[in-house]
Amino acid sequence: MANFELDDLVRLLASCAGVEEEFDLNNDVLDTEFVDLGYDSLALLEVAGQVSREYGVPMPDNAPEYMLTPRAAIDFINELFAATTAKAV
Amino acid sequence: MSSPVITGIGVIAPTGVGVDEHWQAVLAGKLGIARISRFDAAGYPVQLAGEVTGVSVKELLPRRLVPQIDRWTQLAVLAGEYALADAKLNPAELPEYEMAVVTSSSSGGTEFGQNEMTRLYRNGPSHVGAYQSIAWFYAATTGQLSIKHGMRGPCGVLACEQAGGLDALGQVRRLLRREARLVISGGTDASLCPYGVVAQLPIGYLSTSDDPEQAYLPFDADAAGYVPGEGGAIFTVETAESARERGAPNYGAILGYAAGFDPPPGSERPPVLRRTIERAIADAGLLPSDVDVVFADAMGVPDKDLAESQAISAVFGPGAVPVTAPKTLTGRLYGGGAPLDVATALLALRDGIIPHTAGPTELAPGIDIDLVLGQPRPAPLRTALVLARGYGGFTSALVLGAGDRTA
Repeated sequence: MANFELDDLVRLLASCAGVEEEFDLNNDVLDTEFVDLGYDSLALLEVAGQVSREYGVPMPDNAPEYMLTPRAAIDFINELFAATTAKAV
Repeated sequence: MSSPVITGIGVIAPTGVGVDEHWQAVLAGKLGIARISRFDAAGYPVQLAGEVTGVSVKELLPRRLVPQIDRWTQLAVLAGEYALADAKLNPAELPEYEMAVVTSSSSGGTEFGQNEMTRLYRNGPSHVGAYQSIAWFYAATTGQLSIKHGMRGPCGVLACEQAGGLDALGQVRRLLRREARLVISGGTDASLCPYGVVAQLPIGYLSTSDDPEQAYLPFDADAAGYVPGEGGAIFTVETAESARERGAPNYGAILGYAAGFDPPPGSERPPVLRRTIERAIADAGLLPSDVDVVFADAMGVPDKDLAESQAISAVFGPGAVPVTAPKTLTGRLYGGGAPLDVATALLALRDGIIPHTAGPTELAPGIDIDLVLGQPRPAPLRTALVLARGYGGFTSALVLGAGDRTA
């Protein structure tokens, strides 16, 4: 299964929660908490829903708890991808 | 204690965007009603609406916010910006717990809700967006305004069908007596989607005419219902002391308010409008003869028009006070309707001119009010009475006094 990258996260956030004018979501803010980037838990719930629909990987209801920063979100999603792939093998 | 004052107005309505555009359209009798364009209404009995056009609301709002909120909230957030700018207020400079938000909402975020319902039945529950949880909700507009401007005082929403805009201002007055110095208030609505319009059909009050000039004729012999519309007005309301400290001029003061609720159908008791008017005037410490103009509810439904005319004549005497209903230009804006009437009344007080009621030409039998028709009527105005009724019995009245603002 493909890796989930920063670009994917940016794309999903933009489509469901809108983008911010003041800054770009890039490598500089990988470890900044989403709450400080202006994204609330509903935005992360939206991203989790989109990931699960688009990639067919079920996301747990408490996914936002593991997605505090962009890096944490990307890692969390990739771990779920890996677990799903492992199960399928 | 002095009455609270309205220091800023933000209008987004079928008559225009901004106070000046709206007021010029009202004085010119420029009709904002046309064929519904927000959805394909060909298969629906209602063909006409008052839509907000000529402004790309989404492009003027923070891009982050747009997908999270219903159009009704988008209109209010934008109108809120205009009101604050009009009042030259910067909320960041004021104590956050002394600022509050109280808006009216009639049906919440119907368009947003319809889109999510469509996803639900087409694609399944996992396709329903997370923002549905807050975007549909009556208090969404109040909440977004509160968050945006850091207003953490006692916020609320009034859901009283088409009378709620006046009730919101009544609540504002209550808050300004003790708990707040500034309240953002008023309201908007935007239910021009199939779900929003269909929900109004069973009442039987919506006009099925396809002629924009003839579709909404309150008090007229040909009255046959009203046209739905979207938009409204948002105000900054301050204590007189707060406005004075800032050196801010005001459009007018909230002098009196009263609300009532009609008895159930079949009751022998009369509608509450007459007593509500009397109580609002008494609340203002005035007599009926002190009221210079009445902005009528003007439902456009024959028996409701007659009942309103009878209430007005019972309080003031037949033909004794000028009555007008410029809302014939916009249709009825639900939660935003009374706020837009209040905005128009404040501009009338400012300029000493009663805008006319465009459309009606011949009053229905039994209607004995002095309805201002044909063209605006100049008059020295010190006070205005605004009336609003909502389906099911909601009835409210607000008395406004002229302010010191000149433009």
